[in-house]
This record gives sequence, C-alpha cells and structure tokens, in this order.
Amino acid sequence: MTTQPIKTVAPKPAPVWRHHHILDVDDFSREEIELVFNTTQAMKEVLSRPIKRVPALRGKTLITLFYEPSTRTRLSFELAAKNLGADAASLSAPASSVTKGESLIDTVSTLQALGADIIVMRHPHSGAPYIAAQYVKASIINAGDGWHAHPTQALLDLYTIQEHKESLKGLKAVIIGDILHSRVARSNIWGLTTMGAEVTLCGPPTLLPTELGEQNHHLPPTNIEHDIERALDGADVVMTLRLQLERQQSGLLPSIREYVQLYQLTEARLSLARPDALVLHPGPVNEDIEIASAVAHGPQSVINEQVSNGVAVRMALLYILAGSQKQ
Amino acid sequence: MNQTLLIKGGRIIDPSQKIDETGSLLVAEGKIAWLGKGEATPPKTDYEVLDAQGLVVCPGLIDLHCHLRQPGYEEKETIASGTKAAARGGFTTICCMPNTNPPLDNQTAIEYIKAKAAAEAVVRVLAIGCISKGRKGQELAEMGEMAAAGAVAFSDDGEPVLSSHIMRQALDYSRAFDLPVIDHCEDTALTEGGQMNEGVVSARLGLRGIPNAAEDIIVARDLALAQLTGGRLHIAHATTEGAVELIRRAKEKGVRVTAEVTPHHLTLTEERVIGYNTNAKVNPPLRTERDIEALIQGLNDNTIDIIATDHAPHTEGDKLCEFALAPFGISGLETALGSLMGLVHKKQLSLATLIAKLTHEPAKILGAKQGKLGTLAVGAPADVTIFDPNLEWVVDTKDFASKGKNTPLVGEKLKGRVIATIYQGKVVYKDKTIKLKQR
Amino acid sequence: MPKKIIMTGDDIKRTLARIAHEIIERNKVIENLILVGIHTRGVPLANRLAANIEDFSGVKIPVGTLDISLYRDDLPSLELQPTVKSTDIPVSVDGKSIVLVDDVLYTGRSIRAAMDALTDLGRPHLIQLAVLIDRGHREIPIRADYVGKNMPSSRHEDIQVKLQESDGTDEVAITSMPAAKEG
Repeated sequence: MTTQPIKTVAPKPAPVWRHHHILDVDDFSREEIELVFNTTQAMKEVLSRPIKRVPALRGKTLITLFYEPSTRTRLSFELAAKNLGADAASLSAPASSVTKGESLIDTVSTLQALGADIIVMRHPHSGAPYIAAQYVKASIINAGDGWHAHPTQALLDLYTIQEHKESLKGLKAVIIGDILHSRVARSNIWGLTTMGAEVTLCGPPTLLPTELGEQNHHLPPTNIEHDIERALDGADVVMTLRLQLERQQSGLLPSIREYVQLYQLTEARLSLARPDALVLHPGPVNEDIEIASAVAHGPQSVINEQVSNGVAVRMALLYILAGSQKQ
Repeated sequence: MNQTLLIKGGRIIDPSQKIDETGSLLVAEGKIAWLGKGEATPPKTDYEVLDAQGLVVCPGLIDLHCHLRQPGYEEKETIASGTKAAARGGFTTICCMPNTNPPLDNQTAIEYIKAKAAAEAVVRVLAIGCISKGRKGQELAEMGEMAAAGAVAFSDDGEPVLSSHIMRQALDYSRAFDLPVIDHCEDTALTEGGQMNEGVVSARLGLRGIPNAAEDIIVARDLALAQLTGGRLHIAHATTEGAVELIRRAKEKGVRVTAEVTPHHLTLTEERVIGYNTNAKVNPPLRTERDIEALIQGLNDNTIDIIATDHAPHTEGDKLCEFALAPFGISGLETALGSLMGLVHKKQLSLATLIAKLTHEPAKILGAKQGKLGTLAVGAPADVTIFDPNLEWVVDTKDFASKGKNTPLVGEKLKGRVIATIYQGKVVYKDKTIKLKQR
Repeated sequence: MPKKIIMTGDDIKRTLARIAHEIIERNKVIENLILVGIHTRGVPLANRLAANIEDFSGVKIPVGTLDISLYRDDLPSLELQPTVKSTDIPVSVDGKSIVLVDDVLYTGRSIRAAMDALTDLGRPHLIQLAVLIDRGHREIPIRADYVGKNMPSSRHEDIQVKLQESDGTDEVAITSMPAAKEG
C-alpha cells in the first residue's frame, strides 16, 4: 500500500490587486475598485475614532512631489499617510522648474535615495508619472498629470457615489464642463464605466473632444450632449468641473458670461435630474460660474463628503500599495 | 585605393534602367565598369568577389531629407557619425537639412559642410540651404550664392515658411537655379503646444493634438503658390490623406511639385505614443491607418515621388523626460530599409517601386548637375547597396552608428537587412557575415 | 503527511462551555465584560461564548469584532493582498473588562497587535485572552487566561480550526506541512 501525499497547502487565489503604481484607473478592474471601497470602509472606521491613527504603515516614507500648487490634494495625502503611521515629507517644485535641465528622473531618483517608499506626484504635463515610474522602485501615485488622469480623485468620487447609491451599476452620470482639459473627467470616465454606470459628457464643443463620443477601442463608450438640459434629464449623478478662467483668452469660449448662461448647474437645471441626484465637484469650486452657490451648498451636494472621503480613500490606497510592495 | 570588386550572382534591381534580374556587377576605379546578366563573367580577371547569391543589388540609396546636426548640435550627430549611420542603412547619398546652429543660410556655411564632408564623411553629403535668413521666415537667404557653392535645394525645415509672401518669393526666385524649395507644411496657429496626432489617442492620453488640417492647409497654399510662380515645390514628409489628395490633384494640373514620405509615417501609427513613448514623438506626428493607406496609395500612383528618412537624431537625455518637453524626431537612417521592406513583404509595395523611391526618383529631383546618381549604369559612380530582403534582425540601438538612439523600433524584429554598402567603389559598410574572396 | 483530528465538534462545544464557566468565575462583575473576537475565527468563537454565558448566568454580554490588519508588524511580507475587515465594538471600551477571543495562540504577535488596536480605542480596565488552541512557540511574552486545549506542535505542522459559521463544519485538525514552507 502506498500512501498518497496529502496536499496541505491550498493553492493561493490570484491576488485581486496587480498594481505597484497608481497611475490611472483605466487599468483597474471592478474587483480592484471594490477592494478599494471595502478598505476605505475600514479606514472610515479608523477616522471615526478619537485616536485617528493606526500603525499599519509604520516605517514607511511617503513624499509628495508637487510641480503644481494644490494644497488640498497634498494635505489629503499627508494626513492619510500620517493616519497610517507613515512618515510624510514634501518637495514643492514650482511649475517654472519644469524645464529642460532639471530632470524629473533625477528628482524622483533623489527622493528614492532619500528613502521614499511611495512618491505622490502632481505634474502639469500629461504622462509625467509614467516616465517617473520607469525609473524608480518606489511606488508612484499620480495625484494629477496634465489633462490626463487623477485616479485618486476618481476613486473618491466613485466611493462617495456608491456610499449613497449602494451600487454604481446602471446609474446615469453626467459630467459637465471643460472635459478637454480635465484629468478628473478622464479618470472618472474610466472608473464610472468600469463600475457599470452610463456616462454622458456635456460642455461646449470646443471643450469636449468629439473622439470621446466615438466608438473606438481606446476609450470607453460615453454619450456626448452639448445641451445641459437634455444632458441632465434623469441623471443620478451630476459632476461639475472647475472652469479655468483663462479658457476665454485662448479662444475656446467667447466669454465666461456666456458659459455661465449655457452651462452653469443651477437649481432649476438640477431639478431636471432625478430628485435624489447627487452633485459632485472636485474642487476648488468657482462659485456661481460652473455651479450656482445654492447648488454647491444645497441638500443634494456631496462636495464636503468628497473631501473627507478623500482622506479615507487615500489611506486605503496607501495601505493596499504598501501591502503589495515586495521587500 | 579603390578596389576592383565583382558582385556576383545577385538579384540586380535598377529602376533607372528597368533592370530586375540575376546578374553580376563589376566595380572598378570607383565606377560601375561592367554589368552582366545571368552567368556572364567580366572581361577583367583580377578582382575580389562578393558573393551576392540570394541578395538584392541596387543603386546606393539616396536620402533627400536628414539632419546631421553639425554645426552646433554635435552631441546629437556629426557629419562623421551621421554618414556612418547612412552607410549602415544602405545610403550612399544624403542631403542634410540646414537647421543647424548657425543655420546653413549662406555660402560659407554650405562650403563648411562640403569641407567637413570631404574630410570626415564616408558617403556623399549634399547640403540644403535655408529659404530665409536665419530660418526666420522674413527675408530670403542668398540662394544664388548657396546654389553656386553646391546647395541642392532650399528649406527652412523644422519650421514652415509661414508668410505666404516669402514662400511665393522663394518659389519664384529659386527658378533661376532650377532647385526645389522644400517646405515643412504646418500651420503653427493650429499646432501650438501640439504633441501628437489629434485624435482618439490624444484624447485618451490628455496630450494636445496636431490635426491633419494643419498640414493640409499649408500644402494647399504651397501648391497654389507653385502654380502661381512656376517654381519647383517639394513637400517634405507628407503624412495626411488630405495632403496626398491635394498633391495628386495639383500634379494632374501640371504643377511642378514633388513629395516625400518617411518610413515611420508609412509604417507606424499614433498608437506608438501610448505609454508616453517620447521616441515616438515626431513632427509631423505619427498618424492613423487611414492616412497610411492613402500614403501607400500615393507612392504606388506616383503622387508621392520619394521616400526620405527625416533622420532626426537626439541624445538619450533629450528624450528622457516628460513627453511635452521632449524634442520631436526619430533616428531613422539605420532602420529605414528594414521597416520599408515590411511593406514589400505585406505586398503593399513592390520591391522595384520601393527601390525606385529610394534611388532613381530622388536622383531625378537632385538633377543631372549632381552627376549620375541612383543608377547602376556603366560609367556611373559605383554607389551600390546590397541587402538581404529576407534576413530578420532585431533593432538594437547599441549597434547604431548614429549618435541618435531615438527610435520607437527598439527591440522590434525587421525583415530585410543591409549587407554591404559601396560608395564610389569602396566598401564603406559590410555586415560581419560577408567575406570577400580573392579570385 | 497525515491529517489528524484533534478536536471534534462535540469537543469544541464542551470546551467552549467550560471556558464560559471559567470567564464567569474569574470576573465577578460580568456586567462589565465585553467579548471581542479577532477576525476571522475569533468572531464566531466570541459569539458562542457570549451565548453560553447568557445561558449560564442570564446576562447578555456585548460582543465586538476586531480586525488587526492595520496593527500587524508583518505587512510588507504578506503575499496576498490583505483585506481589512471591519472593527466594530458596540460600546466604549473605557473601564471595561475585555476578553479577547481567538482560535489559535501561536507566536503571540496577533495578540500584541490586537492589544495595540484595543488600546487605540480607549482605556480598558483589564484585558484577558481566551483561545481554543495554544500550540506553543511564543515569540513575545504573552499567555492566555483561558485555553481550550494545549497542543504542543512542531513548526512544520499546521493547525486548522474550522467552524460552522466560517467553514461549514466544526473541527480542529493538525497536518504536517512541507518543510520547504519553513522560513
């Protein structure tokens, strides 16, 4: 009689999470986004405690590298890191230093040599974090690159929506404003469609690339609607984008005044959406330009929740990233 | 010094003489001395033998558009390194663009290139002079003096000639020397800050786009001015479906226009940029499949006369940065034939057409005053390229002779490889596998 | 590498009854008690102990759950992506007697993490520890107040606790692991 060896170690399930860097949500699976949601839930519990701090990332160092000013996003990341017991430091590089001769790769290599495990990067040029990620072992988190992507903003938007709506599947989401120049819009298009929402983009044609509405294998399907009232009809989620006031000078808009008339989210327009529709804005808000202040501060607005969920989502992302880093 | 060499038993393709058959070629005293078909053997007996069985033997390739960067940007390329790269790529004649520092906008500068080339080049270098002084687009450069010094064409390449008035004068004035004016067609009001082709991929990547219309507009204007003046217009690096159509119609009307297309615009699309690959950043930008189809159609119906590399070397540091900060350009001399042979293998272009677009056709644009180029006719300079149409190889920039390693083809497998390049009877490049046998 | 059952469902049931009695005996004021189960299998064990205590004493004791992922000292070496479960303790821990409940006591590191987690939530009066199995090999000075079964084991052995609530059956088994897993 021969004894069959018993297999005692069960095959490990494939890990849900595959990312060493967080550069965009365009390559996130639904399961990964759900892992972020579940982990965020646990982080919100931590944030509800009198002592809002756990030692999960003790000994880890996070450095924020911002080539564009953004006190909010930077603060949100630094608080997230500190709440998890990590050390947080920052390097501000003025936008003017993004010139030849001051190499991005040198800078991130230096941050790594200084001991950074995670580098949070904001950069005025699309794709800059992708270049950096090729040259460092540290994890790069894209905190906004040019017009391209702002994955942590999209994830906190998605989280905020699903907190209110249980599920994103089948929701009608409308994104209004300067889509062309918006990294927030781009990342949200990916995230929303991955989670099963239907996305409508709305804005003047000069700020809304027609390619986004075309069927192609580079972009998820979206609807394009230049009329705000038609776009809002039956919407479950309304996301307004910050309008950069210099768009008028570059000839993309005749005047801010006309933009306000055609595209401001007003109470009357919001009433065309579903009564329980949520209003989001990535901040900072230009009140009474892209959104009426009554709407920004109104009962359907979740703008402040977006900010507080931002810390929890970023804690979740830092925790998941640190846990998946190989020693 | 010139050796006597029999290139034996290869497939000789010479569109200038409409030859495409197996035969042998004798090179002596820097000239084509004898051409024999089939098994024929030459009258002379004292020569080395290069066995070309299974290989294509054609006139040395001619590149009407490359950047040698000297003077001023010697870290990117020099006449010495650029001509070595040309030899590796099978080119025996290359024309260098004048966007150097200082630019080649006067007789002395053209003479400098000639002197440098005489001392350091391993293949023939012909200089293109500026259209305007300092490439500023405001006043005509001294075209006559440059022509006398040997300039073969005029161009402000890298920049379009934005003023329609200056462009008109250039086309008109250059008629006196019967030299072409080469324009880089780009309406910069539409391309300011542009990084790549405007379309789906730019929308996805969040990069400012360069629309096809920016090229079409200037091509249309230049064609109208060529018609107006009767001057010789040459359209540099055509990339759009619209440009091809405009040129086709102008040729039908008899406008004196010729046009070129680059290997990369014939073989690569905008998708190469995905991942923010700065080595795929080039101006005009890589376009779409639809444009490529139109360009190939244009080559086949002779709307587009020639293929030119627009070899634009940059240092690794230049390209190792944010996409928006990287300079435009692809190092193309050493991959040109290999990537173009892909079109032949896919049956989109015949081998004879490809060779014509790289030899006889550019020679016609250069004209008789440069001598008998782009031909294997007996008595012509012995500029010969020998390549294996079926040899597969992987692009490794470590092997490049060019200082510019900036190619999106790194690691790519190409089918078709230069085996030997002979310039004025002298073997200036030969693959390690080739051995010359003493008869 | 045979698998050996060291506790059956009945054994587990008897053991939990005994531990419930011991908890009542050791804590004179059981109204001040909270049972806190450590994810994953400490949670059903805590619920069962609370039910037993209610049966024996008539007092319903609050049960909380504790996830220690955020307090572990081995985060970076986890091969699988850790999933953080919820921590939920229904009442304030300040001044309370806490009984931490876990399935297996091994190196003691999980318990240390659990105590760190608890003290972040407030200041308990005292903390005790109840485990179903103590298999030895402590790496830090921690001992259990209530032990279901002492099971001296080799590091090459794996002790698997299965519970109805999480695994569909009640049993404790020991198996040898391939030596290569060590280290």
